[in-house]
Amino acid sequence: MNLIATLGAETLRVLELLGRFGLFLLTCLYCAVTPPYKIAPIVRQIRFIGAHSLFVISFTGLFTGMVLSLQGYYTLAKFGSVGFLGAAVSLSLIRELGPVIGALMVIGRAGSAICAEVGIMRNSEQIDALECMAIDPYRFLIAPKLIAGLIAMPLLTCVFDVVGIFGGFLVGVELFDVSAGAYFQGMYSSVGWHDIEMGLVKSVVFGLLLVWICAAKGFFLHLERDGGFGAEGVSRTTTSAVVIASVSVLVWDYLISAVLL
Amino acid sequence: METKPSEIVIELDNVEKCFGQQKVLNGVSLQVRAGTTTVIVGASGQGKSVILKHMLGLMRPDSGRVVVFGQDLAQSNTKQLRDIRSNFGVLFQNVALFDSMSVYDNVALPLRERTHKSEADIRVDVEEKLALMGLEDHGAKFPAQLSGGMQKRVGLARALVLNPRVVFFDEPTTGLDVSKSNEIYRLFFETQARLNYTAVIVSHDVPKIFKLSDVVALMADGKLQGCMSPEAFQLSDNPLIRSFVLETMGPIYSSETEETLLYETL
Repeated sequence: MNLIATLGAETLRVLELLGRFGLFLLTCLYCAVTPPYKIAPIVRQIRFIGAHSLFVISFTGLFTGMVLSLQGYYTLAKFGSVGFLGAAVSLSLIRELGPVIGALMVIGRAGSAICAEVGIMRNSEQIDALECMAIDPYRFLIAPKLIAGLIAMPLLTCVFDVVGIFGGFLVGVELFDVSAGAYFQGMYSSVGWHDIEMGLVKSVVFGLLLVWICAAKGFFLHLERDGGFGAEGVSRTTTSAVVIASVSVLVWDYLISAVLL
Repeated sequence: METKPSEIVIELDNVEKCFGQQKVLNGVSLQVRAGTTTVIVGASGQGKSVILKHMLGLMRPDSGRVVVFGQDLAQSNTKQLRDIRSNFGVLFQNVALFDSMSVYDNVALPLRERTHKSEADIRVDVEEKLALMGLEDHGAKFPAQLSGGMQKRVGLARALVLNPRVVFFDEPTTGLDVSKSNEIYRLFFETQARLNYTAVIVSHDVPKIFKLSDVVALMADGKLQGCMSPEAFQLSDNPLIRSFVLETMGPIYSSETEETLLYETL
C-alpha cells in the first residue's frame, strides 16, 4: 500500500512539475511574441549567450573537427576511401556534432549562468520585487533570454560547423596529405540543404530547451523538493538544470534525427 | 479606485495558510484604512511576513479572503493583480535591489517599465526621489557599494518613485543600528506626510514602532490580536498582548504613568 501511495504521489509530483514547466514555456513564448518589444535586453542576452560563447564554441569545434578527421582518416584508409574524408567530417558536424556539442557547451557556459542568476534573484526576493512593482518577470527577465537563445544557438552552430570543417581540413590535408580538392569536393557533393536544415532545426530546438529548462529551474527554485534556499540550494539546482538540459538535448537530438532523416 | 479618507483599502477575512503540517495563519482578520499606518508586530516566525505576502498577492490563502481596493486577490487574474499592484510600493526586508543595476537604474526601473515617460522626465523623477533620501551623489554606485542603511533608502526611493497609494514595509530597520533606524523612521514620517500613502509595516522594533502607528496588531498563535491604537494596545488586557508588551518593553510598562514616560523617552 505504501508503495502504491508513494508511486501515486511521485506521479502527481512529476505531472505538476511538467505542468508548471509547460505553463512557464507558454507564458514566456507569449511574452516573446506580443508587444511591447524591447530590443536592448535581447541584444544584451545575445551578447551574453552568443558572443561570449564564441571562443569556447570555436575551440571545441576546431578540436572536434580535428579528431573526426583523425579517426575518419584511419577508418577510411582501411577501405581505401580517404577521398570521402571531407564528406564524413562535414556531414557528421553539420547534421549531428555541431548542434549537439555546441548546445552542450552553451548549456555549460550560459545555461548554468542563467539558472544561477534567476535562482539568486528568486532567493533574494528580486523576482517578488518585480511582481510587486507590477512588472511581469516573464516578460522582463525570461523572454529576452529565450529569444536570444533561439537566435544565438543556430549562429553558434554555424560557427562550430565552419571551424570544425577547417579543423578537419588541417588534420586531413595538412597532416595526412589528403588532397585539398578531394576534401572540399567530397563535402560539396555530399552535403545538401536537407543536412543543413536538420542541423539548424536541431540548434533552434536546443536553444529553446537550454534557456527554458535552465531559466525555469532557477525561477522555481523555491519550489524544489529538497529545498532551493541559500547558496547550496542555488548550486544544487544549477547542477540539476545543467544535467536535465544536457540529457534533454540528447533525447531531442534522437527524436529530431528520427523524424527528419 | 479613488480613495476616501476612511475607505478600507485592504481587508483580510478569516485567512488561513498552512505550510505542510504547520498552520501559520489560523483565521487572520484585519482591515487597513486609507491614510493610516498599520503596524503588525510579533515574535520571529509567527507569520508576520506571510501576512504581508498575502496582501501583496504573492501567496494565496488556503481559505478566507484577501480583498484589496474591493477586489478579492484570489479571484483576480494576472492583469487585474498587476493593476492592483500598480498602486503598491514595497520595501523588502533584505531590500531586494537588483544588484547588477546602478542605484539610479534601480529607482528608474518602475518608471521605465510601467510608464511611457521620456528618459529626461524619468531623470527628473529619479533625482527628486534620490534627493529626498539624501542619495543624490550615489546614483552611479551599485547596491553592493552601499551600506545597509543606504540600501534601505534606495529601496524606499524605488518603492515611492511611482507615488503609490499603499506602501508595505517588511522589517524596515532590521540589521540597522539605532541612528540608521531613526533615519529610516524620519524618512517614513517625511514621505508619508508628503505623499499621503497608506502604510503597512511589519516590525519587531518595539516600542519605537508604536510612535509611527495608528493601528497596532500582534501576530501570535496564528491570529492577529489587538488591531487597536498603540495606546490601547499597551494597556490591553489580552494576555498575549500583555505578555508581548512586557517582554519587549520590560518593566517600564506597568501603569499609565509609566506608559506616558515611555512615550516621552522615544
